[in-house]
Amino acid sequence: MSDIAAPTAPMAITPWTLFYTFASMGLQGFGGVMAWARRILVEDRGWVDNREFTELLALSQILPGPNICNLASILGYRWCGVRGAVAAVVGLLGPSGLIVLGIGALYEHYQNAPGVEGAVHGMTAVAVGLVFAAGVKLAQSQPRNLRGPVLGIAALIAVAALHWPLVWVLGVLIPLALVLEWRSSRSTNP
Amino acid sequence: MSILIQLFLQFVLISLLAFGGASATLPEMHRFLVVQHHWVDDHTFSSLYAISQAAPGPNVLFVALFGWHVAGLAGAAVTLFAMCIPAALLALLVEHYMSRYPHHTWHLVLRRALAPITIGLVFATALIVFQGAPVHIGAILLVIATTWITLRTRFNALWLIALGALLGVLGWV
Repeated sequence: MSDIAAPTAPMAITPWTLFYTFASMGLQGFGGVMAWARRILVEDRGWVDNREFTELLALSQILPGPNICNLASILGYRWCGVRGAVAAVVGLLGPSGLIVLGIGALYEHYQNAPGVEGAVHGMTAVAVGLVFAAGVKLAQSQPRNLRGPVLGIAALIAVAALHWPLVWVLGVLIPLALVLEWRSSRSTNP
Repeated sequence: MSILIQLFLQFVLISLLAFGGASATLPEMHRFLVVQHHWVDDHTFSSLYAISQAAPGPNVLFVALFGWHVAGLAGAAVTLFAMCIPAALLALLVEHYMSRYPHHTWHLVLRRALAPITIGLVFATALIVFQGAPVHIGAILLVIATTWITLRTRFNALWLIALGALLGVLGWV
């Protein structure tokens, strides 16, 4: 009746397929793998639906630590217990980690070769632009208010200009931000 | 204290402070590795971050290059482990004991409250990586161009990195 290709049988979730899936995610993602995680886990594998993925992403972002590692360990654990969590995290970090170290070793070995220093300077400028653009994108998604920019600039000055330890900076700014956020959410929803 | 233990303890601390993703903690790694211990110089710090962007994988992998520069393969393994595993265990505890509780409200308040701080830290990361490269008008133009292209188009980051390397080899930045 229909020309739409029937979905292929879903891949069974085992520690091995978890390892393989997260490894391929790590090897395909450049500049962060979260977009790939959604594509592969939701669209290709159908292991989670979009809403569940979004909730999980929010949880991973709230918890400390690299978001994608948190996501991998939670999903691995949910499906296959501790073995699943280990398989997902090792798959995510192992193969791509070896490639990063390989590139690092090449750089260390050839850093005095002609052109290499220039190439790294060019890559550094691009890396700065990518981080800067990520900051701009995040800032654009924020509600227009005064407390946001004030908190952001305070964090920027404290760590980039004054080189204060992050633990002190966050120890002051997070409670302050929570109080401000709580007060404003109370005043808008009396 | 052995370097590996210091690396481990500091990167565990950093991971537990990483509410805004790994790149928001780059300034703290710079403070620890460059300012406090002089294990890495400014230029190497920025270069290692830049070359990590040319490799696939999660952003957090750049910490392996810092660990490797300080203490070889063991250093890479220790920093990456410290950065990912304790936080992942914490995530598992939350998943195991709290996944049945509705936590959407505190999620939302916490995310809203933390976002401005994360944004400030991300800009700090850009500034710190930039100051490790030699000041050059071409580099400044390339930063601006990359920012503009990233915000306005869907051009893949990998091609931008490759383009940056090419411009650098040609001596334009």
